Amino acid sequence: MKYMMLIYSDESIWTEDEREKCMAESVALCHDLNAQGQYVSASPLHYVNTATSVRVREGKALVTDGPFAETREQLGGYYIVDVANLDEALEIAGRIPGARMGTVEVRPIFELDNLPIAAK
Amino acid sequence: MLNQIAIIYHQEARRVFATLVRLLRDFDLAEDALQEAFTAAMQQWPRDGLPHNPRAWLVSAARFKAIDRLRREARLESLEGLEEEPVAPPEKEQETIVDDQLRLIFTCCHPALAPELQIALTLREVCGLTTEAIATAFLVAPATMAQRLVRGKAKIRHAGIPYEVPGPKRLSERLQTVLTVIYLVFNEGYHASSGDSIHRPDLVQEAIRLGRLLVELLPEAEVKGLLALMLLHHARRATRISAEGDLLLLEDQDRTQWDQALICEGQTLLESALLSRQFGAFSVQAAIAAVHAEAPTAAATDWTQIVALYEVLLRLAPSPIVELNRAVAVAMREGPAAGLALVDELLNRGELQHYHLAHAAKADLHRRLDQQQAARACYLRALELAQQEVEKKFLRKRLDEIDIQRA
Repeated sequence: MKYMMLIYSDESIWTEDEREKCMAESVALCHDLNAQGQYVSASPLHYVNTATSVRVREGKALVTDGPFAETREQLGGYYIVDVANLDEALEIAGRIPGARMGTVEVRPIFELDNLPIAAK
Repeated sequence: MLNQIAIIYHQEARRVFATLVRLLRDFDLAEDALQEAFTAAMQQWPRDGLPHNPRAWLVSAARFKAIDRLRREARLESLEGLEEEPVAPPEKEQETIVDDQLRLIFTCCHPALAPELQIALTLREVCGLTTEAIATAFLVAPATMAQRLVRGKAKIRHAGIPYEVPGPKRLSERLQTVLTVIYLVFNEGYHASSGDSIHRPDLVQEAIRLGRLLVELLPEAEVKGLLALMLLHHARRATRISAEGDLLLLEDQDRTQWDQALICEGQTLLESALLSRQFGAFSVQAAIAAVHAEAPTAAATDWTQIVALYEVLLRLAPSPIVELNRAVAVAMREGPAAGLALVDELLNRGELQHYHLAHAAKADLHRRLDQQQAARACYLRALELAQQEVEKKFLRKRLDEIDIQRA
């Protein structure tokens, strides 16, 4: 089963050192997961002040500056893993460095079999 | 014969169900298949005689019913791997039955499920209670409870909660959730949190039944400690309420009416838990209950021992309610003034401001110090906060007694 792990935390509480350490640990974790055959993809995201939201209403696209919702904790990155069950996913979530500063939301991916495979 | 089938249903239905969930990987399919297998047994067994191994017969019949249904409904992906006969060597049979029941319990009590879902699923799937019975016990509409169960099963399926006994690394942490669910069921039955009756025997019985099952399946120290705790409390069930329906405090209960057989069973379990040195908070609470159970009167209780046990409990599971209980025990050992100082300090910290029993305890200490005015004010505050009719009645009675004395 595939799971998406969304990492939420208060962006403002991270020091530059903490952020760098978190990136390095995350990259190491991804390599580790890949060696176990559990890695699908992962990425950090730029600060939420770079977010742009789009809504289409009556055929017209409304573009606004900012995230979907203003919250105390912001989405800062994600992982997608392929594991046997929720317990394995939760075990990985507990190793994500962002879990120590914020919250990791684990969501099972609704798999469709008629999606294209990305051409590079 | 039909009587015999009813007995087998009572004994085996949930065990067969637990195995079917593993084989069929679907709670609803397993439940339907189980019912169909028993329907088939009602027709065939009176004609052909009781099978040599009724449980194996039921598992096999239910599995075929499920395969038939999946074929009819053309659910091919669910059929995958189901059509080969699962072979469990006979010497492994007992082990498999134990494992399947544990799988069911750990799945229903998975921490990814909200506590109210854990409780609902455990009572429905492990104990086999009907949705209506669970709804009545928790004073919610049957439709609400049915929805809760649907939500729980959907989460198990879609989130990929495994049907597994957790490995050694996770076992003790996951076992704690299971024990908490059982204790919540017991407490809901023992101190019904609202409504007219203080006691819901059906939930107490189910919790004890679950406790016994778990001791049989997984005889760890805290599992025994929890069962001991429930039995030692349950032993006092007949003396908690007077003939007039009034709440009786421990000191006013008729100790000759306590159930000695349950006390004895509780003590034996507790000893075994304490000897293992692996015990936790449930065993310590059971030890406190055991000290009460052994005392001939409230005054002759070993209060020093009780205070010491509350201190152990505070280290294992710190909580202001445990501190309150310790303060009351100190009052019994050293007199009401010593207890009052501790209760005041606790109330000043704020966490127990809205807990009716903290104000009731304070009132009782003032009463014993003959400070009627202060006692009256605290009883009034407790009465404002109490939800339980029987408790309110008790508090009103105490207030009346003070008013009569002062008149």
